[in-house]
Amino acid sequence: MEIAVSHYVVLACVLFAIGVYGVITRKNILIVLMCLELMLNSCNLLFVVFSRLYEGATGHVFVLMSVTVAAAEVAVGLAFVVSIYRQKESLDIDLLKLLRG
Amino acid sequence: MVVSHKNPVSSAVSLVLTLFSTAVLFVLLHAHFIAAIQILIYAGAIMVLFLFTVMFLNIRDSELRFDSMNIPKRMTFLFLFIAVVGFLASKLFSSSPVVFPKLEDPGNFGTVAEVGRSLFSDYLLAFELTSVLVVIAMVGVLVIAKGRES
Repeated sequence: MEIAVSHYVVLACVLFAIGVYGVITRKNILIVLMCLELMLNSCNLLFVVFSRLYEGATGHVFVLMSVTVAAAEVAVGLAFVVSIYRQKESLDIDLLKLLRG
Repeated sequence: MVVSHKNPVSSAVSLVLTLFSTAVLFVLLHAHFIAAIQILIYAGAIMVLFLFTVMFLNIRDSELRFDSMNIPKRMTFLFLFIAVVGFLASKLFSSSPVVFPKLEDPGNFGTVAEVGRSLFSDYLLAFELTSVLVVIAMVGVLVIAKGRES
């Protein structure tokens, strides 16, 4: 059986769903960041799939941009993690209620 | 596996596995350059950053207890996601499958030359803005991580 577009789309959906699941249920801020990465990665997969389908390099350029943005985002996020850990001595996101949310 | 481990290090290693598998899929889709970038930046740089932070924070096992298994809540989310994904899959597989067309020029698609030509002609402005974004992020990280002088 040949691998069709829909297989890739479903795989990307599953990856995204796992990412959302992790972001919602986990309390460790590091793992929440990793799940964000997972979600971004599933979007990259979709970009590449449709770039292959329509035979253009545009999707690849978008993936490059998104990888760069993801790297910047992770760097900022981990800097936040370090500074939060210094203040609270914990990685629990439930302790972050400075805004009384 | 990324979401189910309690230890962040095992989670990170599982994430590396997932990213490598995605890179393999990119190779299957003739996106060789993107696959290389994926392994270099994601599996290399970003994961090193994660593991370095875990090492830097020096977390003890007792501090990871707060992330306790709330089984009913997790099960609810799990069933919800299985339902949503199953619905999507049934919708997608019921229609006739869209197969990838044969490439007109298989030797050229997805190479560095092709992606670079597109990146530096049509998307030059976006490229420059990304570099500005990276500089801003770098300065921001330094400011945040340094903390207040006291």
